[in-house]
Amino acid sequence: MAVCTGCSLLCDDIEVSIDGRSITRTKNLCRKGFGRYRSLTSDRSVPRVDGRQTSIQEAISRAAEMLRNARRPMLFGWSCSTLEAQRKGIELARRARAIIDDTSSICQGEIVDMIIRRDIPSCTLDDVRNYGDTLIFWGCDPSSSHPRHMSRFSYYPRGEKLQRGHEEDRTAFLIDIRASPTAKILAGNFVQIPPGGDSDLIDAMLAVLDGKIPKVKDKKALISMMNTLKKADMGVIFPGLGLAYSLKGRMDRLKALVDRLNETTRYNVISMVGHYNMRGFNQLLFDETGFINRVSFADGVNHGPMYSVVEASKSCDLAMIVGSDPISSLPAGIAKALARVPMITLDPHRTLTTELSRVVIPTALSGIEAGGSALRMDGVRIEFDAIVKSEYPSDEEVLSRILEEI
Amino acid sequence: MVSAMEIYQLTPKLNCKKCGLPTCMAFAVALLAREKQIEDCTPLLEPKYEAKLKKLREVMAPVAGATETGLIIHDERCYGCGNCVVACPVNVANDPKGSAIGLGPKSDKVILIVEDGVVKCLNPKECRRFGPNRILCNLCTATCPSKAIEFV
Repeated sequence: MAVCTGCSLLCDDIEVSIDGRSITRTKNLCRKGFGRYRSLTSDRSVPRVDGRQTSIQEAISRAAEMLRNARRPMLFGWSCSTLEAQRKGIELARRARAIIDDTSSICQGEIVDMIIRRDIPSCTLDDVRNYGDTLIFWGCDPSSSHPRHMSRFSYYPRGEKLQRGHEEDRTAFLIDIRASPTAKILAGNFVQIPPGGDSDLIDAMLAVLDGKIPKVKDKKALISMMNTLKKADMGVIFPGLGLAYSLKGRMDRLKALVDRLNETTRYNVISMVGHYNMRGFNQLLFDETGFINRVSFADGVNHGPMYSVVEASKSCDLAMIVGSDPISSLPAGIAKALARVPMITLDPHRTLTTELSRVVIPTALSGIEAGGSALRMDGVRIEFDAIVKSEYPSDEEVLSRILEEI
Repeated sequence: MVSAMEIYQLTPKLNCKKCGLPTCMAFAVALLAREKQIEDCTPLLEPKYEAKLKKLREVMAPVAGATETGLIIHDERCYGCGNCVVACPVNVANDPKGSAIGLGPKSDKVILIVEDGVVKCLNPKECRRFGPNRILCNLCTATCPSKAIEFV
């Protein structure tokens, strides 16, 4: 059995047939996971320094030299690395007195922060499968982002206390701004809201819970939904990126709703984390510094929005990117600012970021070519081994060698 | 998916009974159920129905890949999410320790599995839709987010 590192579900029931270095047949992998396995032999990055192809060792030495000379370096990425590599990364940030940030800074950091600080209750996905009878997918589309979420953990499987699964025992609602593929299978329980309408919906939901008439168009549907939510034995809210962006800086609204629901029954929140080990990095950095992201080690431990990738891209003099492609994913203005900074990139594949980097160090694909451990979206640690021998070093090995040279 | 009415529109509409059925509508239904072949309609092979025959062959092309139960899988649309695998009542009954609880199938008797990121049909004879006393179960199609599974 192999573990898929295609998304933060870290499915551990994957069967893979291998012939030498190529994957011949896989079972139980979703299309997204299969894509990651198939990428093993496609478009791999090559070691490069200043546009010239070189050896991995030379690239590592050059990276260490650049980090040594940098005054204000930034280390970014981390969500697609193992816990072991992330630990080395945090050590490197301390040693280089660097700013360290991960993708949660522009993703679901605020929600993960509340879960890690225990401001809002959370549970594991196994609890959801066994006991979660009422589910709310909010601002997310699990069918596209985490294809096996609904079939493996949340909606369709039979659980210990929910033997009839989705047919009778479970109810799932979807709140989203568009009729996504998930909306097609939850058509009867789909609440469509206008973009940015999440806060208003929370107000309306709280009004119903207080026995007032909600200020929404379809009052009857909302009251009916809230009655179902109140009757839950164990409810779970899965907030996605849509909710995270809509409630940016106002996460107390989500907390207010969860607290209010918890007055009558039990409700938990599991963030729909995208990358396979974003939760792991957040937990590690929190354990070490008390903050989940946006930390600067330049003068002790400092935290703030100025240390986020968005701000630091404009002020840093060196960027080290580990397993991420910020040039493609960040807004154009910030990507342009980052592209002007000398970059060192560790990535198994060729991306827009590796193309613009001064130093490129190819690494092994974690979960396939490199073993380690990672935290699933619910914080459960999953360990995995390499299933294919690799000519590339793992992120952890590269970071260890940079640490030695620095 | 093509309907019996669409097929009927492409028949000669002569009700000549040469196919052994009383009407062209009955032939269209039988064609969709794969009980008859296009060639069974002899007037359709005449030159004046050439355009209709060509169109009929086009619309019937996806149906050709259907299993005995009429299941068609559109590989290009499938996400490999496995909703159908876990929701299928036969999979649940035959594989209580695997697909019933959301894991990959552990039994050989399951109907649907996900292989190489796409769902595949293994044992159509186990399906509730198989045979003359079939039940028109639609859990696999109802749980598909991309409408990659259809029944003829």
